[in-house]
Order: sequence, then C-alpha cells, then structure tokens
Amino acid sequence: MIIPTTEKGAEISRRDLLKKGGAMATVTLAPGVTLMAFGGQASADGLKKGARWGLLIDAGKCPEDCSACVTACSNEHGWKNNGLDTDPQWIRKVTLREKATGRENSLPVMCQHCDEPPCVDVCPTGASMKRADGIVLVNRHICIGCRYCMMACPFKARSFVAEEVTDQRTTTPRGNGTVEACNMCVHKIDRGDGTTACVEACQATGNNAMIFGDLNDPESDIAKAVSTYASMELRADLGLGLGVRYQNV
Amino acid sequence: MRKLLVSVLMLAALLASPGFAEGLLPDIPKAMGEPHPEGNEWWRVNHPALLMHSRDQTVIEGIRDVDASIKTCVACHAVEGPDAAPVTYESPKHICRACHDYVAVKIDCFQCHNSRPEEADWAAVLPSLGGTPESLRAYLERISQ
Repeated sequence: MIIPTTEKGAEISRRDLLKKGGAMATVTLAPGVTLMAFGGQASADGLKKGARWGLLIDAGKCPEDCSACVTACSNEHGWKNNGLDTDPQWIRKVTLREKATGRENSLPVMCQHCDEPPCVDVCPTGASMKRADGIVLVNRHICIGCRYCMMACPFKARSFVAEEVTDQRTTTPRGNGTVEACNMCVHKIDRGDGTTACVEACQATGNNAMIFGDLNDPESDIAKAVSTYASMELRADLGLGLGVRYQNV
Repeated sequence: MRKLLVSVLMLAALLASPGFAEGLLPDIPKAMGEPHPEGNEWWRVNHPALLMHSRDQTVIEGIRDVDASIKTCVACHAVEGPDAAPVTYESPKHICRACHDYVAVKIDCFQCHNSRPEEADWAAVLPSLGGTPESLRAYLERISQ
C-alpha cells in the first residue's frame, strides 16, 4: 500500500498548519491543480530511546485495606468491575500468607512488563508486543481475542473484554473481543508526565509504596533505590527479567 | 449527439438542484476547525491509509503527534445532537457515518475508540457550549502530546 504523507517536512499535517499558522506558499499550476509548499517540520518525538520503564513496589508500606492504586487505574483507563468472573483485571490487590509463620502481606500485582514476555512469544498475530522502552502491551488493532497470551502469562495479568464498551477514555481505547492489561499508563509516559496513575494515587495516600521510573537511567529514583536496597522479582525462577520489582514481600 | 448533450445538461441541472442533493447525496456536516490544507477531496481518498499508518506510529513507536489521529477527526468534526452533546457513532449524523452509510462501508474503529471527545471537553468542541476555533485548537494541542 502506498502511504502518503510519511516523510516529515515534505508534506504538512493538518496539525502543523493549526500549530504553526501554516507558513505556506501556493502555486497554481492549472485551474484546479495547486502545488503547496509548507514551512516547518512535524515533531517526531515518540518513545524515549534506551529507556526501561519500571515500577518498584514496597509491600511493607502497602496496607491491606488500601486499594487506591486499583481505583486510580480504573478511573484513568475507564474499566469497571461488576463483580463478575469476566471483569477486567488491570491491577489487583493480592494478599500473600506465609504458611509457616502466618505473616500476611498485601501487594498490588499487574502486568510485570517482562524483558522476555511469554505473551509476546505465543501471540499468533503479533498483537501482543513489547515497545522499545520495555512496555508490554496489546496492539488491539490486530488482536483477534484468542486469549493465548492470558494462558501464557505466569502472573494472570491479562484479561479479556467480554462486553461491549461505550464512552471509553479517549486515551485508552478498549473494546469487546480484545485482550488487555496494564500498559504502564503509556499515554502518560508519551506525554512526559513521568509517572503512572497508580503511583500518583499511592503517593497521594501518603503510603509511598510505589516508585515509577527509568531503570536504565542511573540518576532516576528507581534505579538508585534498586541499586541500594534489596528488591526481587515475582517468579524470578522463570528468568523473564521483569520491569516491576518488589520489596519486603 | 444532440440527445446526449440534452441528457447531460438535464443530469447536470438535476444534480445542481437542492432537492436532489439533499435526497441522494450524503449530508456531510461542517467542521468547526480550519479547513484541511490538502483539501477535502484529498482527505476523502487518503484518510484510510493515513489512519492506518498513524495508528501504528502511535501504538508501536509512541508518536502521539501524528498526521491523522482519530481523536482529532471526531473533535474537529463533532456534530451536536439534540441533547447538547456531540453525537456518537450510533447516530447517522456522525461525521464518519455520513459518508460510510452512503457508500455502505462498515468500519469497526468505534468498537474500541470513543466516537466523540470526553464529556469534560464538549465545551471546547461545540459552538453552542461556547466552543471557538481557539478552544478547539487548544484541545487538539493537548491531545496530541
């Protein structure tokens, strides 16, 4: 297929014109045929090269009765729980109990954004994908809803949209027949917010149990924290190289 | 030859008459924003390829400021419904349906995408709620970040 207007600068996007007021020259070749040349260049920002976005969750600071992160995720992405088995599961609070001692531990579990994601391995269409900055997400444009990825995920992080959805958040398109999971608030990252909805909510409660950042940037809070204090991956035995790490589990 | 000329002229007269246009041709709603520099004809032909290309740029490469974003389409071309809200794809008046119903092409974009801006932004895109080209431009600027 021929894709028009891909070369930046050669043609102008509608938005460039809106932004820059359209410094343009028009040459009329013949009646009804015009040549237009435009000034300015579209910005092709895109994802941060070389980044590895991650989360550090301190289970020791996560009270069992708090679910601010889950609520914030629901509001940010527009998914709702109806108490059904088919409810979406972007993030959920899990309580762990150590049998020998009875010590209980509460922590949020979401997509762990693996370096080697099993969901990407099994996807028959290439819809399950890892972005260059380490975020694992579903390209719903080509997802056929086969749910292989849900089976493959060791963390039960993915869920299937089983009902028709209307009035979606414009930042999170989602609809019936596709699989979904935590996308680490990819729209906020692209926007440059430098945080996710769950981390914002956790900080607002004062628990400060979650840190978001670029694990590859030695100056970031998260990189400093994981290089200083002990942290672990869930199911580290699988060797998947997770982007989400936990403390005090 | 003369017969042909007469029939062509009659057809032209028919097409030019308002009654014919209202009845048979799609009634395409006017957009509030500035007109497309490439022209409407160009967009009518090329928007599927542009949308296809831009969606991959956004999902895979994280580029939000793309040439053709479905969010900007439905914002600029928002059509006010009877309830002072932009109509959704449920309504035949929706910009996409105006033509797609006419040419009988079924699109599934709005199974996942919202077919109108979110409620908080209605005032920016509807003239009756105080929307102006400036407020529309500010909204488009915000969603392309």
